[in-house]
Amino acid sequence: MAVVLAVVIGVLYGVALFLLLRRSLAKVILGLAILTNATNLLIFTVAGLVRARPPIVAPDAEQLTPPFADPVPQAFILTAIVIGFGVLAFALVLAYRAFQVVGSDDLDDMRSTDTLPPDSPTLPEQIADSGRVQGSEAGREPAVVRDGTAEESG
Amino acid sequence: MAVIHAMNHLVLLPLVIPFVVAVAAFLVRRRPLFQRTLGLAGAGGVLLAALVLIVAVWRHGVQVLHIGGWPAPFGITLVADLFSALMVVLAGVIGFLVTVYSLISVDARRASFGYYPLLLILLMGVCGAFLTGDLFNLYVWFEVLLMASFALLTLGGERGQIEGGFKYVTLNLIASTLFLTALGLVYGMTGTLNMAALARSLPAAPYPGLLLTVSMLFLVGFGIKAAVFPLFFWLPASYHTPPVAVSAVFVGLLTKVGVYALVRLFTLVFLQDTAFTHTLILVLAGCTMVTGVLGAVAQNEFRRILSFHSISQVGYMLMGLGLFTPLALAGALYFMIHHSVVKTNLFLVSGVVYERQGSYELKHLGGQYRAFPALAALFLVSALSLAGVPPFSGFFAKLSLVQAGLALGHYGIVGVSLAVGALTLLSMAKIWAEVFWKAPPTAPGAGGAAVHEIQHNRLAVLLAPVVVLALAAVLMGVLAEPVLALVTRAADQLLDPAEYINRVLGT
Repeated sequence: MAVVLAVVIGVLYGVALFLLLRRSLAKVILGLAILTNATNLLIFTVAGLVRARPPIVAPDAEQLTPPFADPVPQAFILTAIVIGFGVLAFALVLAYRAFQVVGSDDLDDMRSTDTLPPDSPTLPEQIADSGRVQGSEAGREPAVVRDGTAEESG
Repeated sequence: MAVIHAMNHLVLLPLVIPFVVAVAAFLVRRRPLFQRTLGLAGAGGVLLAALVLIVAVWRHGVQVLHIGGWPAPFGITLVADLFSALMVVLAGVIGFLVTVYSLISVDARRASFGYYPLLLILLMGVCGAFLTGDLFNLYVWFEVLLMASFALLTLGGERGQIEGGFKYVTLNLIASTLFLTALGLVYGMTGTLNMAALARSLPAAPYPGLLLTVSMLFLVGFGIKAAVFPLFFWLPASYHTPPVAVSAVFVGLLTKVGVYALVRLFTLVFLQDTAFTHTLILVLAGCTMVTGVLGAVAQNEFRRILSFHSISQVGYMLMGLGLFTPLALAGALYFMIHHSVVKTNLFLVSGVVYERQGSYELKHLGGQYRAFPALAALFLVSALSLAGVPPFSGFFAKLSLVQAGLALGHYGIVGVSLAVGALTLLSMAKIWAEVFWKAPPTAPGAGGAAVHEIQHNRLAVLLAPVVVLALAAVLMGVLAEPVLALVTRAADQLLDPAEYINRVLGT
């Protein structure tokens, strides 16, 4: 049984990581959701799968007799589910806002904050074009098109 | 003993104060004046509680509080050793000074959407992460500070914030999930998640290979949070997008929490194979230093340069952890404190420059030395400290690390750290030349921004935190010997965790 669950967890992690590497916002969010689910299942499996033995002390005993179902990882999973739910709710709203602001679902259109602005003088083409190390904007060539999309400056 | 037991609840104060004040601030969030007062009161309360806590830890040793009375390892324990107390004081100082700066720089609209409660919740999460003695509780506090940081980063909804925020959210959630995975595996192997109990029971745990794998999972999870190579790309995409007060508190506190978690885990819990883990950390530190500073050299926007430098300085802190001697760890702690102070100061200076000239792009700035020499002097103090020039704090922090590296014969990493220091100085000189030294751009087509003079009372409030932080950088350098004594004692506690473990487990 643990082997079956291990395989399922592996498949879930694989699916989640595959989705996280997609270009669509919605798929990334789905990937995050599946990732949190896979992790919760992992915690559940790793703590030991014990059937039909709740952690309740028998009336004639003073201590729990092992094996019993460990309640602590179930508490962890509950906490993780609730945290994941809150975080996913935020991520969904953020993704929707991103879609509204950017106008598309494509992550490749959302690179204005982590690329150099197209008129940055550090780009080698610009240095070659202008012939100066640090030029001003007057008379400069139009923005270099990178990867087929024209970015506005950050 | 009764006196010490009563003092234990001090450990809880840095968590309770910001929470209560945040709730109160949230209830009055439509009233900006109450917001600002409550924000200031909450941040000031955290600072006071932190100072009282560190005095208690210095005098009476490690302070422990078992929440709910449940003894370790069954319940959650809050532990304040000298390292934790130092970091909480740092959080209090940075939080308070950034709140003072926010009084002027954060607009009323953001304040009415809960900027101050969010900042207080962030402080609570940061202090909780520093003070907890249980790994799962660490995960919970990480999530608290992460949620507050998500909201702070995207508050305002500008395009850059949303784009950078999405990458920040995704990568940090992956980091949290990796952390949770590793937690699950550790629990499965040992049956406990209390750090002191783990320190005791892990050396005898079965499957040392799996243990090493789990420690690597922790390294990746916290490495994403701490912006370690090659996991740092969310930082330069997002840290320069929100208002400068938010950037300043992020750069001063959030990466430190990741570094704190790495230091805590790899000095207390995962000591089974230090030849592999700490050498790997050393290699990653070197790569982080180099890629961070090379990224900074290419940038032309004030805050982007500083963000990349942040990454580079994280490499220094990990260098201290990787070298794993008392002097190295003391240097790493010194570096963490110095870096928070100086980096936050630089971000706040960039904010004041923005308020005066309306841009962060270096090509639109200039002439600040002639127009405002006091600001130039304050910038110079922090920039030289960052680059490691004596007599400022950065010099002594780097000196400790270099000496520790030379004592162990790790000439490679020492050479890399010194070269990166030179490149840092180059980058700071670039900012100085562009923002302060050169004449302001005057051609209308160049988009040069006019200088807006700020009202004197507003300027005083904006500059007060800058002055305090610059003073701290100078004092930490001039008074390097007492500071070194403090961090050396903290590092000794880290390398010999017997007192920590005994106080937590009660034996």
